[in-house]
Amino acid sequence: MKSRHKKLIAIGLGVAGLGIIVALVLNAFQDNLVFFYTPTQVAAGEAPEGRAFRIGGLVEMESVRREADGLTVRFLVTDTAQSIPVVYKGILPDLFKEGKGVVAEGKIADGGVFAATQVLAKHDENYMPPEAAHAVEQAQKAQATLAK
Amino acid sequence: MSIAWFKYSSPMTFYGLAGHLAPWFGWGAAILAVIGLYIGFFVAPTDFQQGEAYRVIFIHVPAAWMSMFIYLVMAFWSAVGLAWNTRLSFMMARALAPTGALFAFLSLWTGAFWGKPMWGAWWVWDARLTSALILFFLYVGIMALWAAIDDRRRGDRAGALLILVGAINVPIIYFSVKWWNTLHQGASISLTKAPSMASIMLTGMLIMAFAAWFYSIAVALVRVRGIILERERQTEWVKVLLEQRS
Repeated sequence: MKSRHKKLIAIGLGVAGLGIIVALVLNAFQDNLVFFYTPTQVAAGEAPEGRAFRIGGLVEMESVRREADGLTVRFLVTDTAQSIPVVYKGILPDLFKEGKGVVAEGKIADGGVFAATQVLAKHDENYMPPEAAHAVEQAQKAQATLAK
Repeated sequence: MSIAWFKYSSPMTFYGLAGHLAPWFGWGAAILAVIGLYIGFFVAPTDFQQGEAYRVIFIHVPAAWMSMFIYLVMAFWSAVGLAWNTRLSFMMARALAPTGALFAFLSLWTGAFWGKPMWGAWWVWDARLTSALILFFLYVGIMALWAAIDDRRRGDRAGALLILVGAINVPIIYFSVKWWNTLHQGASISLTKAPSMASIMLTGMLIMAFAAWFYSIAVALVRVRGIILERERQTEWVKVLLEQRS
């Protein structure tokens, strides 16, 4: 075997070994790498207690309530299985909407309400013109009525 | 190996080839960028949820792709250089690094400009953004390492080793949105499913991606020519070349 082939194999093995090490480390850190917890995870007690964390999910339809001061907002974050009530005082991002993705940072306060200090909108990877989005919506509605 | 690939592994022959190719790629990049930006800003429709702000995608995604791809190319040249001891491979790696760093920076910068209006934050420490930041630091670290080692051959080898070790970060960036809960959305374009983008938006983005490719090739070729001249200045052919010029 030529020395350069030996070298190439050594490089290959080195990179592969490093890959396995990193994979194992990432696997061990799995839980700490999550940016947010889902309402189901929170309900199952997986979220940290007593310190700030983030929850993510969809803003439940028809759950957004604005209080009289005009700044405080209450809404439910759902992953369609569980939902968590959230209260937030501040300016919401433009993409914040019922039925859309949201990530909120804060703590569980008294009464199981999640008191958020920051609310971020999470959008999906779909890009299309409004007309196309409208057409998709119509098609889904039509399917839903057919299913009934 | 009947094709004369190895002919172009000689810095002397590659110097000429690079000189011929660079202008073509440069002009190609300029033309593609004009078409891509025109489609991106004037032809592509408004997005149904993000409005006009989504147009950052025409720069953000090509820059992010390029920053990852250039890194893989550098890793390839580093492996070749370490195994075969080819001088030109190390020069290629050195020529690519500044462009990779530029695109990594662009992807972070445009991402911040996109994140603020859409998510509500310039920056969050989610897995995608953090790993992309690490990629930028890797580029800067590699260039700093090269600059710190005076002995060129040792510098080449040390840099190549760091590049290969850092290559593990590229799949982490790419799959981060799949493996973990991130604020960053998943991939719109992938090999395993149909693109979740309107076709005219996709066209604009792909043209911009090709523009980024052409630009990277052009500047890397120009840069590698400079490196070749500097390193081969003791050789006969460079002296002849310089005499012809002056």
